[in-house]
Parts: sequence; structure tokens; C-alpha cells
Amino acid sequence: MSIDWYAFSPGSALAGGVFIGIAAAMFVLLNGRIAGISGILGGLLQPVRGDAAWRLAFILGLVAAPAAFLLAGPLPKAQIDAGWGTLVVAGLLVGVGTRYGSGCTSGHGVCGLSQLSPRSLAATAAFMGAGFLTVFVVRHLLGI
Amino acid sequence: MSVIVFSLLSGLVFGLGLIVSGMANPAKVLGFLDLAGHWDPSLAFVMAGAIAVGVVAFVVARRRTVSFLRQEMRVPTDRHIDRRLVGGSVLFGIGWGIAGFCPGPGLVALGMGEVKAAVFVLAMLAGMSAFELLERRSAKLQAA
Repeated sequence: MSIDWYAFSPGSALAGGVFIGIAAAMFVLLNGRIAGISGILGGLLQPVRGDAAWRLAFILGLVAAPAAFLLAGPLPKAQIDAGWGTLVVAGLLVGVGTRYGSGCTSGHGVCGLSQLSPRSLAATAAFMGAGFLTVFVVRHLLGI
Repeated sequence: MSVIVFSLLSGLVFGLGLIVSGMANPAKVLGFLDLAGHWDPSLAFVMAGAIAVGVVAFVVARRRTVSFLRQEMRVPTDRHIDRRLVGGSVLFGIGWGIAGFCPGPGLVALGMGEVKAAVFVLAMLAGMSAFELLERRSAKLQAA
């Protein structure tokens, strides 16, 4: 292992993390809910009366974030190297996996770990471990 | 009404955090997951910043039965670790590792107008819908 000092950005990472923490804090203290993005999105697919509006509002906020960011300055570019087929497979796996696993990086990784939940600790270890292993296989064994 | 407004605001601040931290960029996320290559530890700092704020918020949240907006406090207390949780999280981790997108950054990159992010989000919704169909089917089978 060698650290990529050129890419490593501890300051902006920490600052962005604090924003994410504030969003999760605001959401649980005001709305009484976990800011888990896969759960909020997935809940839209099981329509319960009166339950869709707040979910849509949260998702809309996420999608509108780049437009809001533009008011402060130029938007950093997202570099998406994956091909179309890979993106479809990735999306299907992320969709099915986060619903069976009851959460993703936000729900388990941020909100769950903030409560030292053993369930979220197990889930985070599982998806991070699988992520590390997948990148190792793709980049270093298959050389893609 | 205020619940909807704060949902939107939470989503927006969450999304801004993802942009500021660099996590809306799949290439940067993959840089974290690539332990054997030139490793970019930034994602760990994002988690640290978010959890530092989250810990305080959840200590307060757990002592309350209703939120500050008088909403029912829905903080999961389940501590059970099962195959669904771990298996689902592993599938999620594989999907995360092949493209570098998890649900939040996928939605934020969609808001940046990235067509590839739109493909990922559509596939993710398809995956979540497949989960819903399978759950409904197994509920029916159990009822029969």
C-alpha cells in the first residue's frame, strides 16, 4: 500500500463529513428519522398513504445539491470511468443489496455507526470488505 | 409542512456534504477502495467528520420519544445480525466496488446532469423494485 498524497484531501473530506453529520443530525432531531438514503428511496416503491412527500423532498434536496453548490462556486466534476453495462450491473446490485441489507453508506455507515449499532457495524464491515475485495479483483487481478 | 421543508433541507445539506467531501466523484471513492494501489484515505475522514457530529445527535435522539417537531422517533433498536443483513451488504459492496457509486452520490451526480449517473440510478431503482416484488411474493407464500 502507498498513500496517494496528490488525491488525499483530509480537510475537505472532514468538512464535507461534518455537513453530512449535520444533515443526519437535523433529520433525526427534527423529523425523527434516520437519514438512510437507500431506505428513503426504497420506501417510495411501497406506497403508504402520506409517506411519500417527505421522502421525495429529501431525494429532491440531494439532486438539487449541485445546483445549490453552483451559487458558491464552480462544481467539481464527477469522474465516472465505469462503462454502461457495468453501471447497470452496479445499480442492480446496489439496489437489491441495500434493501436486503437494510441500509447503505449513509444509514449504516454514518447513522448506525454514530449509535455504535452492532447491526450497522456488521453491515459496514460487510460492504466495505466486499468493496475492497471487488476493487482488488477488478484492478489488480483482472487488470481492468 | 415543516417536516417536508426539513426533509428537503436535510437532503440538500447531505448532498452539499457529498460534493464538498469529494464523495460525489466515483473515481475518488474507488481511490479509497483500492487498498493495494495508490490509496486515498479521504473517505475515512468523511466518515469521521460525519460520525463526530452524529454521535452527539443520536445521544440526544435516543433519550426522546418524539422529535423537536413532535414526530415519532423512529430510530432502529434491532441488534440482530442475520444472513439477510450481511448477504445484502456484500452484494451492495460488490456493486459499490465495480462503479464507485452508492445511493447518495448516484443521486447527487444525477443532479450534476451526468447521464451515466442517471443509468446507475435507474438500474438501482430496478434493483429496489425487484426486492419489493420478491418480498411481496414471499409474504404471499407465507400467508398461504
